[in-house]
Amino acid sequence: MPIAEKRLIFANIDQPGYTIDIDCYLRHGGYKELKKALTMKGPDIVAEVKTSGLRGRGGAGFSCGMKWGFIDPTKNTKPVYLICNADESEPGTFKDKQIIYKDPHQLLEGMIIASYANNVHLAYIYIRGEFTLGAKILEKAIEEAKAKNFLGKGICGTAYDLDIYIHRGAGAYICGEETGLIESLEGKRAYPRIKPPYFPAVLGLYMSPTIVNNVETLCNIKHIVAMGGAAYAKLGKPNNTGTRLLCVSGDVEKPGYYEFVVGALTLGELINDVCGGIKGGRKLKAVIPGGSSAKVLKAGERYKFKTKKPDGSMEEKELGLEDIPLDFDSLAAAGSMAGSGGIIVMDESRDMVECLANIATFYAHESCGQCTPCREGSLWMKKISDRLTHGRGHPDDVDLLKNVADNIAGRTICAFGEACAWPVQSFVTKFRNEFEAHALGNGSAIRAKTGAVKT
Amino acid sequence: MSTANVNRVVDPATQTVLPEKVYPGVDDGHHAPPALPKGFEAQADELITHYPVSKRSASMPLLHLWQETFGYISPAGIDWIAAKLGLQPINILELVTFYPMFRQHPAGKIQIKVCRTLSCALGGGYALCDYFREKCKTGEPDAHGLALSPDGKYSVEFVECLAACGTAPVIMINDDFYENVTKSRADELLLKYT
Ligand SMILES: Cc1cc2nc3c(=O)[nH]c(=O)nc-3n(C[C@H](O)[C@H](O)[C@H](O)COP(=O)(O)O)c2cc1C
Ligand code: SF4
Ligand code: FES
Repeated sequence: MPIAEKRLIFANIDQPGYTIDIDCYLRHGGYKELKKALTMKGPDIVAEVKTSGLRGRGGAGFSCGMKWGFIDPTKNTKPVYLICNADESEPGTFKDKQIIYKDPHQLLEGMIIASYANNVHLAYIYIRGEFTLGAKILEKAIEEAKAKNFLGKGICGTAYDLDIYIHRGAGAYICGEETGLIESLEGKRAYPRIKPPYFPAVLGLYMSPTIVNNVETLCNIKHIVAMGGAAYAKLGKPNNTGTRLLCVSGDVEKPGYYEFVVGALTLGELINDVCGGIKGGRKLKAVIPGGSSAKVLKAGERYKFKTKKPDGSMEEKELGLEDIPLDFDSLAAAGSMAGSGGIIVMDESRDMVECLANIATFYAHESCGQCTPCREGSLWMKKISDRLTHGRGHPDDVDLLKNVADNIAGRTICAFGEACAWPVQSFVTKFRNEFEAHALGNGSAIRAKTGAVKT
Repeated sequence: MSTANVNRVVDPATQTVLPEKVYPGVDDGHHAPPALPKGFEAQADELITHYPVSKRSASMPLLHLWQETFGYISPAGIDWIAAKLGLQPINILELVTFYPMFRQHPAGKIQIKVCRTLSCALGGGYALCDYFREKCKTGEPDAHGLALSPDGKYSVEFVECLAACGTAPVIMINDDFYENVTKSRADELLLKYT
């Protein structure tokens, strides 16, 4: 029996008859939580979010309540801004798009509550440029919400004012990094800022305190207000609460987007029970569990986990790849990360060198170019993995590739440095024999392996 | 390929802009003011109101507006946007050269963007891109990866992950997404847009 989904955020998505207009949203209880929130005090909402244990869904998994806690509206002399990160460009991730295209008012309601809680009067949605229709849907939703007085001046008869605007990106992945995003919103190149001192909570948009949250994180706020922080925290387990949108792509029978309580199922259950197993009855070879920057996990690997027994003592367990529970801490313990929730599955027929070359090409294209290790390193990692794929490698390329990656992480302005180094380090370490075979010219031919297009 | 070559020279001592010299064969930075369609400027002004704190923030929205109207960002467009926002043309040009979606030369009337990234590659994205190039009889891709058909009707290019990886391979034609694209679907789509 596959484990049942728990659809909180996706409750209405793809339901027959559910449309994106505000009337449909109101018929389904929309904006009820906003009205409830407006009867509460801002700091009390922040406290509920802290209690809920909600961690950011954009990639880093940082505590949302703590992030909001950095901003003290009573001490600020500058205005506070909220930005919704709708850049969704981490390869393998396609959850925020579902919300934007199919339930835009849920995002707006979450944003309005978050803005009210943090005394924000001007908020932006930074949406990736390719979501042209998505931007139009959100603009229409904003108009509808204004007409019904959920946005604008004196929201729902209170003294609270808020404006939300849409800002479109233009095809650069680095705009997903929050300080790059802020620069971009200021009308500049999306060059990430160095932290310290430019923590968004202190020196964010227009050098004012700014909260940047992912689309899914902001939707969760609505459900936290509905359920109360303590009840929300009962979903999942401590430090891994709530539900998580999971996006599965690659070699499974039923790829798609799903919503589960955090940690409710294992990677194996997700792949075999929910997604119908590996395509064509083949065997699993590798999984990237949290967007393309997450370190790859190899079939057959064993991981050591420390778990707390009910009596408080620690116990060490060994788990296989398919037994890893899908929560933040377990994936971190397995040496990877839950990241953006994008799970890419590769079967036994795939050439790992080619898969890495594909990822390396992405990062080489997307480096913003500010830091030498990232700009040059990402290009070299592409070049070397590419020539290995095409059978033009040198015998010492495998070590060289790993060496380039080892010299990026920790030496850059933003976390893109890690994001581009981790796949290389993990692929080369775990599939070293394949890389060596390629370096000696024994690798399998490439195009043949990356799926032919169906006629 | 045209590049907006804006030759403004700053005096290092005084930090003032020196009078412009005109070099033969070099873009002198002066561009005939474009004929703007009706309502264009009003739309631009409306977009600027979305940024009450800093007009400069409207740079990207104005670039999008320009590209949607004219198909690409010309040197005249860069000058117009810069003047509108009280910025130097370089402040706009540096955005055009940074953000992949902005173009300095026209793409096809029918723009086909094929996702190149891993999930789509596993699902046949590379083969699909080849198929489109073949069907649209494009030449080889240029330095920016854009392959144009000789009549300028089609352009085919790779783009990075389009956030629809579960339904690979994924493409966009102009502003529309298409997922699970097969060869026969590709044929249908080409007919639809012709
Ligand atoms: C290179 C890079 C790309 C990122 N891309 C995204 C993205 O597309 N969407 C997103 O929500 N967060 C992205 N992030 C994470 C953001 O920087 C930020 O942590 C997040 O938006 C915070 O929101 P959260 O706390 O709600 O997760 C990216 C981070 C890095 C380093
Ligand atoms: S790490 Fe890379 S992407 Fe980040 S600021 Fe440096 S060069 Fe830019
Ligand atoms: S990899 Fe093609 S849409 Fe994500």
